Amino acid sequence: MSTETIAPREYQIYSGDDLRTNVLEISMGPQHPSTHGVFRMDVSLDGETVVKLKPVFGYLHRNHEKIAETTSYLGSMPYTDRLDYFCSMTNNWAYALAVEKMAGLAVPERAEYIRVIMAELTRLQNHASLVGFLTNDLGASGTPLLYAIREREHILDLFEWASGARMMCNYMRFGGVRNDLPSGWLAQCKKVVDDFPAFMDEFETLLTGNEIILSRCQNVGVLPRDLAINASITGPCLRASGVDYDLRKVDKYGIYDRFDFKVPLGSVGDCYDRFMIRLLEMRESVKILKQALATIPEGPVNDSKARNFRPKPAEAYGRIEGPKGELGFYLVSDGTPKPHRYHVRPPSFINLTVLEDMCLGQKIADAVIVLGSIDIVLGEVDR
Amino acid sequence: MLGIGILKGMVVTAKNFFGSFVNKRLLPTIQYPEAGNSVTLFSRNIPFLVYDNDEDPLGTMRCVACKICEKECPPQCIYIVMEKDANGKPAKRPKVFDIDISVCMGCQICVEVCPFESIKMDSTFELSTPDRFEGLLLKREHLLKSNTYFHKIHPDEAQEVDDRLAAKQKKPAPTPSTPAA
Repeated sequence: MSTETIAPREYQIYSGDDLRTNVLEISMGPQHPSTHGVFRMDVSLDGETVVKLKPVFGYLHRNHEKIAETTSYLGSMPYTDRLDYFCSMTNNWAYALAVEKMAGLAVPERAEYIRVIMAELTRLQNHASLVGFLTNDLGASGTPLLYAIREREHILDLFEWASGARMMCNYMRFGGVRNDLPSGWLAQCKKVVDDFPAFMDEFETLLTGNEIILSRCQNVGVLPRDLAINASITGPCLRASGVDYDLRKVDKYGIYDRFDFKVPLGSVGDCYDRFMIRLLEMRESVKILKQALATIPEGPVNDSKARNFRPKPAEAYGRIEGPKGELGFYLVSDGTPKPHRYHVRPPSFINLTVLEDMCLGQKIADAVIVLGSIDIVLGEVDR
Repeated sequence: MLGIGILKGMVVTAKNFFGSFVNKRLLPTIQYPEAGNSVTLFSRNIPFLVYDNDEDPLGTMRCVACKICEKECPPQCIYIVMEKDANGKPAKRPKVFDIDISVCMGCQICVEVCPFESIKMDSTFELSTPDRFEGLLLKREHLLKSNTYFHKIHPDEAQEVDDRLAAKQKKPAPTPSTPAA
């Protein structure tokens, strides 16, 4: 038997200056777990650095706008649930707001309060699970996400109690909401809202100081203030870049002018700012909820005349501050029971347009976090 | 010091892990189906047709086959044919009332537009079937359920409906208005 020893070979290490590599094109998705649905990124990589990124979407396209133009105004209300399936309540509200603007319908006082309560609960559960998904993208597989989902269950139970469904609520109607809150609902809601800050404290202890999150998120995917404005980014992404623009303050739709709350703003516009803005916004939402629950009046929740409305030829654009940004519905009526034109301005879709600018020069692993921090739902992007 | 944040987070996870043995709030998982399910009184799933008298379901069904729900249903999952009597006159009763539950999205629009309180939402689930065509197409016979059943699944709503119907009977029966625009 020969007794040869294995000697270490000599390797040549290139300094990198004279090394020429080809750009590698990777098609990331549509079945990639980090893309939050059926979304594809055509990425060109130099080593691990992104040099070009092209978002490709439309895999979930289901003709939402055209279907809405062939059904009655009421008939497309359940379809709006399926746009951004995390926040069906705010989708309902935006659509109802557009129709109410067009047909000139008034909303009773109690219904306005119910709408605010539902919208803020939606914001709580959307932001909580977004932060969970973002940390999941960072590699914290499951733990923060499951804590968030556990808390979200309490809110979904409230939705089910009031509307009959956990996610596809279909609760708002033109001129109010579908049915009054069941007895005991407000007390349970108060309990959930009072318990929420304890969860937030725990969540922040778990995440905000974590060194891995700090080093992975800070100064990654910076969205400059000017670009955010030019690309008409809205919602938490815009506010993370330091622009004070919140439709709840700017438009004062519904009864938001009655509540005392602040708009948290970021300074850098990186992933960490977008992450923190969500946590801070949840605190403000809890504040709004507490005020709304304390002052909600008794009374009717629906305008019975609104059921048989027939709009005059008109056009209207209703918009609200959804959890993901400005959600708008543009409607044109020609006097028939069906809308002549129905257009959705989806926040996820428009916030996605700056994905390339945020990812250029970053590592491919960071592109995943940048995408996660924008907070997209493919049901809304593709419609 | 580097790592303090991670350690603090570890404490939180440890609290949650050990707490889940004593605190029900920290472990809300329901072992379905052994330990029951989470279906509540308020959930809605698919529609059903209400009849009043348990002995005569077909005779006392509230549906008059006006086809408003068929027209208003957003995914178009309802199919109705009106029954005709021997002289060919409409009998104000559906001969065929089919709901394709593979299409139905449980949106409750049919319940809202029905002027006769005849279609309501059921809270049944576990509707899977090995037959993907006939098994998912519910016929009139499958859909008919008694008012007593409605009282059982949605007590408050059923009571409201009964009160409304009783108030209506005092007044002359209304003609079905044109559906909402």
